[in-house]
Amino acid sequence: MSKNSIIAPLKGWKYLFKKPISVPMDDIFKNPRESRDNYRGFHVNDWEKCIGCGTCGEICPTKAITMVERGEIEEKDGVKAERPVVDYGRCCFCGLCVDICASGSLNMTKGYLFNSSDPENYIHMPRELDITGKEHKLGYVKDESSDLLDLERKHMEQVDPGERKNSFVEIVRGFSKQQAIAESARCVACEICTKTCPANMNIPDYIKTIWDDKVEDGLEILYETNPLPSVCGRICTHMCEDACAIGNRGDAVAIRWLKRYIVDNMPDEQYEKLALASVSKKGNGRVAIVGAGSSGLSAAYYLTTLGYEVEMYEKLPLAGGPMRYGAPRYRLPDDVVDKDIGFIEKLGVKINTGVEIGKNIMLGELKDKFDAVFVATGYPHTQHLDIEGSEHNDVIEAMDFLEESADYVRGVSAMPDIEENVVVIGSGNVAFDVARTLIRFQNEKFGKSSVMMMALEREDQVPADAEEVEEGTAEGIIFNLGCGPQKIDINEDTGAVASVEAHACTRLFDEKGKFAPVFDPSITQCVITKQVYLAIGQVPDFSYISDELQSKMDLTGGKIKVGPLGEVKGMPWLFAGGDIVHGMDIINGVADGHKAALGIDKYLSKK
Amino acid sequence: MKEVKLFVGPQHPGMHGNASIHMYVDGDIINRAYLLPGMLHRGFEKSMEKRTWMNNIALIPRICVPEPDTNEMVYAMNIEALANIEVPERAHWIRMLVLELARLAIHLMAFGGCGGPTGLYTAMYWAQADRDGILELFEEISGQRIYHMYIVAGGVRKDLPKGIEKKIIAYIDDLEARLPDYEELVLNNPSIRKRLVDNIILPKEVVWELGVTGIGMRSATGEPYDLRKVTPYARYDKVEFDVPTATYSDAQTRMTLKYLEMYQTIRIIRQVLDMMPKGKVRAKVDDGSALRWKVPAGQVYSAVEASRGEYGYYTVSTGELMPYRVAVRGASFPQGLLGLEKYLPGHRIDDAPLWFDTMGICSPEIDR
Repeated sequence: MSKNSIIAPLKGWKYLFKKPISVPMDDIFKNPRESRDNYRGFHVNDWEKCIGCGTCGEICPTKAITMVERGEIEEKDGVKAERPVVDYGRCCFCGLCVDICASGSLNMTKGYLFNSSDPENYIHMPRELDITGKEHKLGYVKDESSDLLDLERKHMEQVDPGERKNSFVEIVRGFSKQQAIAESARCVACEICTKTCPANMNIPDYIKTIWDDKVEDGLEILYETNPLPSVCGRICTHMCEDACAIGNRGDAVAIRWLKRYIVDNMPDEQYEKLALASVSKKGNGRVAIVGAGSSGLSAAYYLTTLGYEVEMYEKLPLAGGPMRYGAPRYRLPDDVVDKDIGFIEKLGVKINTGVEIGKNIMLGELKDKFDAVFVATGYPHTQHLDIEGSEHNDVIEAMDFLEESADYVRGVSAMPDIEENVVVIGSGNVAFDVARTLIRFQNEKFGKSSVMMMALEREDQVPADAEEVEEGTAEGIIFNLGCGPQKIDINEDTGAVASVEAHACTRLFDEKGKFAPVFDPSITQCVITKQVYLAIGQVPDFSYISDELQSKMDLTGGKIKVGPLGEVKGMPWLFAGGDIVHGMDIINGVADGHKAALGIDKYLSKK
Repeated sequence: MKEVKLFVGPQHPGMHGNASIHMYVDGDIINRAYLLPGMLHRGFEKSMEKRTWMNNIALIPRICVPEPDTNEMVYAMNIEALANIEVPERAHWIRMLVLELARLAIHLMAFGGCGGPTGLYTAMYWAQADRDGILELFEEISGQRIYHMYIVAGGVRKDLPKGIEKKIIAYIDDLEARLPDYEELVLNNPSIRKRLVDNIILPKEVVWELGVTGIGMRSATGEPYDLRKVTPYARYDKVEFDVPTATYSDAQTRMTLKYLEMYQTIRIIRQVLDMMPKGKVRAKVDDGSALRWKVPAGQVYSAVEASRGEYGYYTVSTGELMPYRVAVRGASFPQGLLGLEKYLPGHRIDDAPLWFDTMGICSPEIDR
């Protein structure tokens, strides 16, 4: 044994004069050490921000998180009434729930202490205040690299604005298989979209079929709630995407394009087999449907699959309603509409086109000939703008124009008579359809375009979809927003439209949120133009319903009030749906058609 | 009384982890010894097949509690190899930092571990207190002291917190300055030398026979076999360090090698902090949310140099949401299970914990 080994241990004495590293027991409870900034302690969830999507529970490796419905939280579009509850007996504090939280409401605190020297004080569940009575400090939060969601939407190939403004070629090219699978992988299957969709389409399930590369299963799911998947895969108003959980922090999942991917990538034979598979022969009765738009077609499909004999009546030469005569071809090609309607016809639905109810055949006659009647006549006319000069022939209504243009593009009529400088009044989706159609016509006819969009709404109030604004801008719409037309001047010599006079719009809605525009006559402008297009909204046409029947109905605000399954009160044989019940919207139409089919089935099976 | 049946562990302060040694002793001398694993049998490998690729990171650190980062590292390396992911440069350096800090922590723990059975509690107190400093660093880096879940497929979970470099430097400066104390007061302490020198010898032949790696192998054979040198992963090929070896492996030599390795580790940490570039720290594993990450089909084996030796995962993927199979090559399996059975007999009862400690044995690795 060396001498050093005896002396060396004495060096340890120096630690006698240093502060101890160990922490006194008393301090642990009374003056606990604060954990580091990044600490993964107890959770904290901002209930206001939380959307109840349950993704935290999905990823939890220990299944410690359950979603519990809380009475005090109201369910609304994009927000479920459930909130996560963490079982700290199972939680391993990995923080994956924080990393994947769709709304960013879930974080972790620095709190770790729950025991106490006093058994009465021992906490079993973390409370708002920690054991020392202080507020929990924020600990672990996610950042860009720890984020487990894919916030970026896969790029959708589109036809270049320079090329597309000259033709009616479909703008959106659709996803490739690889893109669709990558996009579908972004979905967390929270089902918030399903609750928001008027037709309650089973969105997460059909998205999953894309991810699993089993689109044939996806088509079956689509047809369960929507017999117009090709059309809806292109022009649906996609409320689901507005509600999408991923949309809280990033781009919503491209639900509409994914739906389109399923229908576009199904071989025709298989498509037909699936679309026609679900026919039962249970029902017994005959049903007339007035109007072959989305709602009518949807009702026809489901009624036929239930075994009823369906006959449809359509005023225009082609079935489809706004799908044919509203949405321009660059958004919805004709063959797509043909495809969806074709399958419905193949089921045995008889569509009588060019037959107008109230003119060629009366509603009363239908009542006598059929067991039940479903009316879904839509909003066929443009709202009139009551200003001086609006009766002029060159003040054209949007719906008439779109109908004519659709016929022209289809090759059945001549190009509508258009001028070089035009003004479109309105800024909704229809106004954009009109303006963008006009740009294409002008480019074809004159080689250049000049379309001004005039609307009361300011830029941030435009009611049209953001993509319409973006695409329309790229195609060359000139915006003149925040001003209201007061008068259309007519040239006294030629009798032609000369200009539109407008005042600045200072306020759109009153304090109660009611539409009540206020103008400032001191700020005026005069736009030289030869044609004015009105696209400030649509109105229904109930002239086919007799006054006697109308008096029995509840017809407020241009809408028919119906029961949950489309029943019109007091008239058990009559059902209504679509725009005339819920306002302009394709997916509401599909949903109403489905509901009415169930309502009619209920009525007829009791009869 | 001829032979007595005796258990050490699983609940015994000298035991490393939840294992038990089933001994037949004659007086103080062990006649036969068997390891009774399974005390922690949570079926790690099987459980992994039922969890998604991402979720597994909450499970795998538990296969070696004192040094969890090697688990995360090999698991991540396998996924990266299968999915052909390029890890951002900075992430490689952060990973090295974390792995070396963990090595420091477990070596300190080994010092603490030999303090108990030898009765030299100074070693335990010092080492545990020093290890706590590393745990605090880990708390700041990863958010937790023990289960870091920090190294993930594609890089690391988050970038280093601001100012951590200074704290790490301050810590290693302090530790390095006090390491000579460990030598003088622990390694050279007569009371501990009496128990370690010429005791629990690991002969060279046994190394080859059992497949012992790590310090066990280096101390017995003189072979500088260290995966960081032999098949460098992360950026170990860019840093300079030595691999201490010896040709006579008693408990004292192995402790000394651990002690020398701590210096090398500190050397690596300094270089890492010096050379670490800026930039992103994580690459994506697959498209979409973590709930739908898939890893392309294939099979791969990756290994890293853990404090106990070669630590590897063999991963088979069928291209699905979850691994088809993950097999763990626990570094302490040979010496912990077979070695103990074969070579512990003849030693004294109180040498059993020392075998565990100096051989570097982590019982969950045997259970897994």
